[in-house]
Amino acid sequence: MTVSDPATAPQSAATAAPRPGPGGIAAAPLPPGLFHDGAVLTVEHLVVEFPAPRGRRVHAVSDVSFDVRDGETLGLVGESGCGKSTTGRAIIRVDRPTSGRVVFDGTELTALGPEALRRARTRIQLIFQDPISSLNPRRRVRDIVAEPLAIWQRGTPAEREQRVRDAITAVGLDYDAAADRRPHEFSGGQCQRISIARALMLDPKVVICDEPVSALDVSVQAQILNLLEDMKARYGLTLLFIAHDLAVVRNISDRVAVMYLGRLCELGPSDDVYARPAHPYTVALLASIPEPDPAAARNVTPIAGDIPSPIDPPSGCRFRTRCPFAQQRCTDEVPPLTAIGPERFVACHFPLATSGPRSSAGSAGSSPEPAPPIQVDTPPTAP
Amino acid sequence: MPPSPDADAAALPAAGARLAVAASMSVPASSASKRKLGVVFWIAVAWICLVVVMAVFAGLLPIDGPDNLSYLSKLGSSFSHPFGTDELGRDLFSRVIFGSRVSLEVGFGSIFLGLVAGGFAGLIAGYMRGIFDAVTSAVANVILSFPALLLLITVAAFWGRAWWKITLIIAIIATAPLFYVVRSSTISFAGRDFVLAARTMGASRWRIVTREILPNVMPAAISFGLIGVAIAIVAEGTLSFLGLSVAAPTPSWGNIIAEGQSSTAASDPWIWIWPTLIMFMTLLALNIAGDRLQRFFDVREGRL
Amino acid sequence: MSLLHKAGRLAFPDVEAPGAPPLLEVDDLHTSFRTPLGLVRAVDGVSFTLQRGRTMGLVGESGSGKTVLSRSIMGLLPRANLERSGRVLFSGHDITAMRPRELRQVWGAHIAMVFQDPMTALNPVVRIGRQITEHLRLHLSMSRSEARETAIALLNSVGIPEPRARLRSYPFQLSGGMRQRVMIAIALACGPKLLLADEPTTGLDVTIQAQILDLLAAQQAERYMAMILVTHDLGVVAGRADDVVVMYAGKIVEMGPTNALFSDVKMPYTEALLASIPRLTDPVHTRLSAIEGRPPDLVSPPHGCRFAPRCRYVQARCTEEEPPLVEGDTPGHLFACWFPVGSITTRGPRPTTAAQSGPSS
Repeated sequence: MTVSDPATAPQSAATAAPRPGPGGIAAAPLPPGLFHDGAVLTVEHLVVEFPAPRGRRVHAVSDVSFDVRDGETLGLVGESGCGKSTTGRAIIRVDRPTSGRVVFDGTELTALGPEALRRARTRIQLIFQDPISSLNPRRRVRDIVAEPLAIWQRGTPAEREQRVRDAITAVGLDYDAAADRRPHEFSGGQCQRISIARALMLDPKVVICDEPVSALDVSVQAQILNLLEDMKARYGLTLLFIAHDLAVVRNISDRVAVMYLGRLCELGPSDDVYARPAHPYTVALLASIPEPDPAAARNVTPIAGDIPSPIDPPSGCRFRTRCPFAQQRCTDEVPPLTAIGPERFVACHFPLATSGPRSSAGSAGSSPEPAPPIQVDTPPTAP
Repeated sequence: MPPSPDADAAALPAAGARLAVAASMSVPASSASKRKLGVVFWIAVAWICLVVVMAVFAGLLPIDGPDNLSYLSKLGSSFSHPFGTDELGRDLFSRVIFGSRVSLEVGFGSIFLGLVAGGFAGLIAGYMRGIFDAVTSAVANVILSFPALLLLITVAAFWGRAWWKITLIIAIIATAPLFYVVRSSTISFAGRDFVLAARTMGASRWRIVTREILPNVMPAAISFGLIGVAIAIVAEGTLSFLGLSVAAPTPSWGNIIAEGQSSTAASDPWIWIWPTLIMFMTLLALNIAGDRLQRFFDVREGRL
Repeated sequence: MSLLHKAGRLAFPDVEAPGAPPLLEVDDLHTSFRTPLGLVRAVDGVSFTLQRGRTMGLVGESGSGKTVLSRSIMGLLPRANLERSGRVLFSGHDITAMRPRELRQVWGAHIAMVFQDPMTALNPVVRIGRQITEHLRLHLSMSRSEARETAIALLNSVGIPEPRARLRSYPFQLSGGMRQRVMIAIALACGPKLLLADEPTTGLDVTIQAQILDLLAAQQAERYMAMILVTHDLGVVAGRADDVVVMYAGKIVEMGPTNALFSDVKMPYTEALLASIPRLTDPVHTRLSAIEGRPPDLVSPPHGCRFAPRCRYVQARCTEEEPPLVEGDTPGHLFACWFPVGSITTRGPRPTTAAQSGPSS
């Protein structure tokens, strides 16, 4: 993997201040340690833009880089319009990346022709948010689940039926009762189980779960989350888990990436990010979650303002319009993704304190202004 | 609306071999199999079937030939002549049945052709979009912009009156609305996640269109097509009434009605009432069948 | 019950006066729908009272009857194929017995509703300003300019920037959060005494959800309204409601003051629902304890306790006799369970399925 030169990483990026433009984005150098050896999926400077009316562009994903290691679950979390779903779809090129690279298992997906892409896609499968819309209402469950095998002509009909039987059983449905029914006869949770069975038919390496439990009731959501964990263990899957619910993401993810308005804000191990968020947006997001416990004090007032339009995102840091700590510099420069600890990365000029010793690569030290006043229990660490 | 119980019948699966398949697949009782098309639909379908069977086997029925002049003219209804005879002494019942052949051939034939052509173009245009969509939509717009009846009359007057020519003209005109129905339905289904799922599984475009989209588009196309058949029968009848469809000795609903309304027959209204009634019943049955089918599938869609 | 008619308008006694009826009293309400499959008992014997200034959280999963209950309180249900009994008394007036003309006097002016989807609840082709002033002019007989000034003040109070300019906006020009603020402004326009918020934040982002919930709480306190917060999210009610009502299969299974209920959950369903929510405080890959099975068929609900088939503490008595809603040790904390959580030592073993023993990779 291309790892940018550690020496030049943060400072040069801070002065370069890449701005989005129609021709793509001047890529900021990436911090060392962002990519891992043997990562199964690497996303590098991914940019996805869509045309909008009157010649404008929707900046859905702007210069996002991360990787997913073999066997881990990476949670991609953020609010609507943050580009998390587009990122997932751009990885398998359902949405075409404007620029950037996606490397899966040594193959650069972004460089493949149609036929090679068709083959490569079989090893990355997608599970959708709406369990009912993702199943063809006119087909029987056995045909829906067998479809991937039918497309690729794998096995004899008898072998296929056995595999379909195994998969449907594995996701907790009774094959004999379910096989000849159509999707509308099932509940949302059951449809999501069928979707999962279908996604497993081609022995994928990576499964991208795009809000797989958002449409489900709480008790059913727990069943599906447990099922995903089981399937991951059983089939050795690597998951990219996209969701807006931070608690759900935390439950299932080894590492979590927080996105806001097309950019990556923060990336790190789930425990660490949730315990010691470094980006003001992560703090705000965590403070906004209603905990089912009246004793849990809500001492933090929610952040004000609306999410800006991705057609005309704010300059510099995209969170600055809602950030309580925004400075002039946040308007002028796009904060680069910076290492602030082992496995911890944040894109903020003035990250909040984390407990570990500050990485020498931290960008706060290069700040010319004095540290902003931050009324949080942990003081900012600008030396 | 009753609340839709959205829950999971499945028991929790354990990992590995200890799969607890205790899943009681208690499927919600309100499944589509319980939903009925209703008795009216089946009466309509029975009527259409009866008319079609009579038309197909008209030659084998124990009735007179439609051109047999051997009876008294303008007889009223009787056992041997249920509809009576017309002013030339031909058996009206026989003429109405033989006349239905032309109406049904033109009606079903033109819509079948229109559905094949318009449906195919609509599927491709709706799924592929882009330049093909732009061109086919423009063509369909042009066809829709012609005043259909005037076009029919003009073409029939200049080109000829053979039944297959009439069928072809109506088919071309019917292609445009059928194209739009199939196209818009295709567009809505093409945006569904199951189509995206098929794409990511590596399904070819042809497979996606035929396996995923076509089965979903068919119900709307067929129910709309049934109503189209009724419209086509009216169009043929109109041409026939104006003397622009099949030539005189061959009966068709339109020209029987026209003959019945001629001045000499004015005193005997049954001559035009009987064919009009049969035509009306057939049109009503087609419309009811199409409408009920449409609603039946809409409701099922609505559940999704 | 005395219906006080004054010149054709309903009069509502001051509920604060001594001896006055409670603001809202639901008395053994049954609401059923006739369907081809049988009678769907969506709300099956629900009773509670709500005093002015209180917030009640109405919690349940889909199919629990919470939405039908809130519509019944509003008198918003279609009359066709509906069977109902029981009473909904608002300031002593029975909503269920009202004629449409009377209901229209109640809606907006006395009871207002905030819907889940503001995009469909707002008229897309009418400017925001007119949608607010319409109500003011209808119910409060305001003049055009009075209504306009009031509308601006309302938009200001719900936190909409540049309210004067926003009056000329159409709903599609606003973001989801702003639309919900407009909905709240419309609901508050005529100073209702009861606000029904039906999943008001379900479609919104989490940071916006917090803003809207804070706004509702602030407005409710300021206006001394009663509020019913209908939601599937126990997290939403935990922080925002004074009292919580938990519904399951058309019945209230547990209700009580929020703190009392959350600190001492009695009904196994409530316990299971709480346990199935992933918590921020749990370690990564904590196995969630899902509720097995599915909610019962409301056409022929199970005999005895309706949660019994899914309950991990189920005993023979649960499937034989239906437990009544009774008060426990804490005043006001009611639950419908023969063997409330913690009451029996012979607790059934925890389920042997994967809920406990599964891997956590």
